[in-house]
Amino acid sequence: MTPARFEPGEAVRVRADEKPGHIRTPDYVRGKTGRIEKVLGAFRNPESLAYGGSGLPEKPLYKVGFRQTDLWDGYAGPADDTLYIDIYEHWLEPARKETL
Amino acid sequence: MSDAHHDLEGHDHQGVKPGAEAGYHAGRIRAIEALLVEKGVLTKEDVRRQIEYMEARSPANGARLVARAWVDPEFKARLLSDTKAAALELGIDASGPVEFIVVENTPKIHNLIVCTLCSCYPRAILGRPPDWYKSFNYRSRAVNEPRAVMREFGLEVGDDVEVAVHDSSADVRYLVLPMQPPGTEDMSEQELARLVTRDSLIGTSVPRAPARTG
Repeated sequence: MTPARFEPGEAVRVRADEKPGHIRTPDYVRGKTGRIEKVLGAFRNPESLAYGGSGLPEKPLYKVGFRQTDLWDGYAGPADDTLYIDIYEHWLEPARKETL
Repeated sequence: MSDAHHDLEGHDHQGVKPGAEAGYHAGRIRAIEALLVEKGVLTKEDVRRQIEYMEARSPANGARLVARAWVDPEFKARLLSDTKAAALELGIDASGPVEFIVVENTPKIHNLIVCTLCSCYPRAILGRPPDWYKSFNYRSRAVNEPRAVMREFGLEVGDDVEVAVHDSSADVRYLVLPMQPPGTEDMSEQELARLVTRDSLIGTSVPRAPARTG
């Protein structure tokens, strides 16, 4: 695998791409900015595995944290509420810290 | 059994016929299974073994892990840092390609687990998820109105506590380590394990101290 590109604390944006087929990046986080919580390791790529592929090379996987108020308009809860989701590296790009 | 009973029921009791299908989906699964066996992808024995594997797992495994973590801080540290190895210490074999992370509830953070994409769940430890966990209702609402969902389960989380939702979208399965209820300090590990419910391992509930009698 390639070494992990991002480290904990870094601001990242989930790509807003439309991609057909089996992907594991739900629509509700696409285009949203969050922060790397943890590097989870490298795993075979589900977008290839789902179609009988090898899933290789393995992709770094990250636990990414978002403020709920950044994900949903009119979120009914305190500003500190968070959502964590696991995202493969090819769905992430650096985000400018000021956007957080 | 009287004739009157049969009249009331309004149908015959013919019993279950061998090979009768429960419905469309059951029929489809049996057809796929038969094809996979025919093509040599898997055997009937593989299917039986997998059913046994899943049936051997239950929320009781999670309850044992939590109770041990409550009475043994060093075990708790291992459970949080290497869940598979800690589970194996208690004879729970969660080996396989999927990873596990235990998230700890504290007075400041309450954790809730969901899989919005399908039904990812720590099956190798807890067995099959409850049906509601797989429902569209839970999967769609746990992420954007977690407090309302938990309220429907009878759990009110205060505004001074951060709600952290974990969407298990990839190769990691999550379990909640709930807080030990106050007033249970004198209970044994086995007694404590009985307080840990399946839902408290998902985060839609928390363990409660048993009501005192006398």
